Amino acid sequence: MTPARYRRLFAVLFVLAGVGVATVLGLTAFRKNILYYYTPAQVASGAAEPGRPFRMGGLVAMGSVQHVPDSLTVHFVLTDMQKSVPITYTGILPDLFREGQGIVVHGVLGDDGRFTADEVLAKHDQKYMPPEVAAAIKKAQQQEAATSKP
Amino acid sequence: MIPELGHLALILALCLAALQAWFGIVGAQRGDAVWMAAVRPAAMVQSLFVLAAFAVLAYSFLISDFSVQYVAENSNVLLPWPYKITAVWGAHEGSLLLWVSVLGLWTLAVSFFSRHLPQEFAARVLGVMGLVSLGFLLFMLTTSDPFTRLLPAAEQGRDLNPILQDPAMAIHPPMLYTGYVGFSVAFAFAVAALLGGRMDAVWARWSRPWTLIAWLFLTFGITLGSWWSYYELGWGGWWFWDPVENASFMPWLVGTALVHSLAVTEKRGAFKNWTALLAIAAFSLSLLGTFLVRSGVLISVHSFASDPKRGIFILGMIGVFVGAALTLYAWRAPTLVRGGSFQPFSRETLLLLNNIFLVVAAASVLLGTLYPLLMDAFGLGQLSVGPPYFDSVFIPVMLPFFILIGIGPFVRWKHGDVSLTTRTLRMAGIAALLAGAVSLVLVHAEDGLMLAAGVLLAAWTGSSALVEPWNWWRRRREGRHGSLSRATLGMCAAHFGAALLVLGISVTSVLGVEQDLVVKPGQTVEVAGYKFDFVGVQDVQGPNYTARQGTFQVSHKGRDLGSMSPEKREFASIGNETTEAAIDPGLFRDLYVALGNPLDAGAWSVRIQYKPLVRFIWLGGLFMMLGGLLAASDRRYRRGARAEIAEAAMVSERA
Repeated sequence: MTPARYRRLFAVLFVLAGVGVATVLGLTAFRKNILYYYTPAQVASGAAEPGRPFRMGGLVAMGSVQHVPDSLTVHFVLTDMQKSVPITYTGILPDLFREGQGIVVHGVLGDDGRFTADEVLAKHDQKYMPPEVAAAIKKAQQQEAATSKP
Repeated sequence: MIPELGHLALILALCLAALQAWFGIVGAQRGDAVWMAAVRPAAMVQSLFVLAAFAVLAYSFLISDFSVQYVAENSNVLLPWPYKITAVWGAHEGSLLLWVSVLGLWTLAVSFFSRHLPQEFAARVLGVMGLVSLGFLLFMLTTSDPFTRLLPAAEQGRDLNPILQDPAMAIHPPMLYTGYVGFSVAFAFAVAALLGGRMDAVWARWSRPWTLIAWLFLTFGITLGSWWSYYELGWGGWWFWDPVENASFMPWLVGTALVHSLAVTEKRGAFKNWTALLAIAAFSLSLLGTFLVRSGVLISVHSFASDPKRGIFILGMIGVFVGAALTLYAWRAPTLVRGGSFQPFSRETLLLLNNIFLVVAAASVLLGTLYPLLMDAFGLGQLSVGPPYFDSVFIPVMLPFFILIGIGPFVRWKHGDVSLTTRTLRMAGIAALLAGAVSLVLVHAEDGLMLAAGVLLAAWTGSSALVEPWNWWRRRREGRHGSLSRATLGMCAAHFGAALLVLGISVTSVLGVEQDLVVKPGQTVEVAGYKFDFVGVQDVQGPNYTARQGTFQVSHKGRDLGSMSPEKREFASIGNETTEAAIDPGLFRDLYVALGNPLDAGAWSVRIQYKPLVRFIWLGGLFMMLGGLLAASDRRYRRGARAEIAEAAMVSERA
């Protein structure tokens, strides 16, 4: 091989090795860290794997928020008007967290069906509702309408 | 009447942009000197019309003309006047106008500073920029006209989103856009060179200062955004791997790669194809960023648009620009003459590695950002990839990358000398190992190893960035002749900034303390050795909001540090609530207090944080920016074209 070809081969091998390592790293990290998003109805039907973190969106059910005195722990119920999931969260709630507000929680589902959240997200807009939540609520209302007709 | 003038100015600008593109590209192709001579005036007048439209919108905001729908939706009589101006880009339509106005400023700059370029080349560059203007003006006039009237006029405006009422947020979008749009210049230079079939060291020299300036503005914009989210949004976080942040980070990574590969093309005439591809990629990612942020596919603070027409329009525009540029590239790139050869151990190789690492990093961010969107778009389920993914990809890529940053500048072009490089870097290596060892021995933290690695890399990169200035200073002191070009100094400053960034990130991530607590008035809590005495909460009236303001007396080892007053602000006109954290800033540590929620009996939940070296993160960004500024102002970019061409011809011959 001429030096020029040797050099080119070297460069190509180097690039391939680098890209290969990066791909393996990237895909491994990707598989490990994919975060699924469910609605309370999906969780109730057993879609979520217990012990693996996921995100869930819904409305904070009216009258469900209970603060545990002298602590940062709060219990509430997340609903999509179809199914509900009880949530426990310890920490500071976002500015726009209130009953009836659309929120997204991140955490783990326990064996007892209670969801322990380590993050609660509410967007900076009072009228805002996560699109997934809006879709789920619409679906629930349609199903309700369909079942009540006949 | 006045808003209609703004609308008219946009229509005229659209027509002129079409002329600019036609005269520039077709004129250069036909070699028609008269057509090419018309490009520069067309470009300048086009830009002035766009800027006039911008001035009209700003004026409508200043006089609170609520008969303009966009003004009514984003302003309010009570809004302080500086924010009335920055409210111009507070939502979708106005930020598009800002985009086009920034493009107008770049076009003006290129028109002025391209007189020494060959007429044909300058015409092509301005022609391509005209095409970009044309696309965006068309987009604005068909889907997002900022001058739409509201009849009858509103009595009061809806007010600007309160989290945007902030000095840093006011200048973040213009800086970011100056960077984004600046890559259109690098793009136009690359496309013009591909069209002309001439891409060489001279081309790289022309293109390089423009790219550097765009890059430094993007660096500044990202730094500002991070700083803003730290004190306004994020409860003390400085980077969230949010898709919107990624949208600006991807062009930055590729732009950084471009700045480095342009160096190889300029000095050695090599990597031409690759440099052209990077220039196309950087601008494509800027367009993608605009699409992600403006189309409403992402739901976040930044996404104003919800009209699907807009998303499809931008996507179509990206398709046309990127598709056309890549087709041109595929057609022309094979005809480019190969550059100089180099040995495996040479600066070329190290810069190639730099490019590979940066592009891999950009690709991994792209995967993490787009994959969830694609899955959702094809109805394959809703998912997201959070910070753990980005962290676990980024850290292994950045470790070797930072080792190479230290070595690269000390390896000769074409044929490196291992022993010379080793000798030059001996002291830096010792300093790095020492710093890493000290950190490992002294600090007992959960992620002590991670911290030691970060400290080692920061010390390595930082001290190797000091080698050249140090040698220069020593030579000067000994009365010997020595020169340090601004380009070299700029590189050293930027690399030093990267070192500060790594140090700040490692130390604040590993040694930072964050506690969520319940406090009652009169109670004292201690976080990281600092005592916080909670006095209580009182109501305060602001210009367009009411606030509940907490007061904490802070002391450290018996020394009084004054009081900190975090607030919860309520904006009545929008019904929005924001958290204003109180920050006690310091070069070496920040104290950060934010009010959470009111609890029973006057108690509040609060988040108190101790953030060591967090300011080094933004300081690092500023150093990088300074480096770009120094490099862009290097002497050789200010010399006449004749000297340039002669010198570059020599480079090509040597190659």
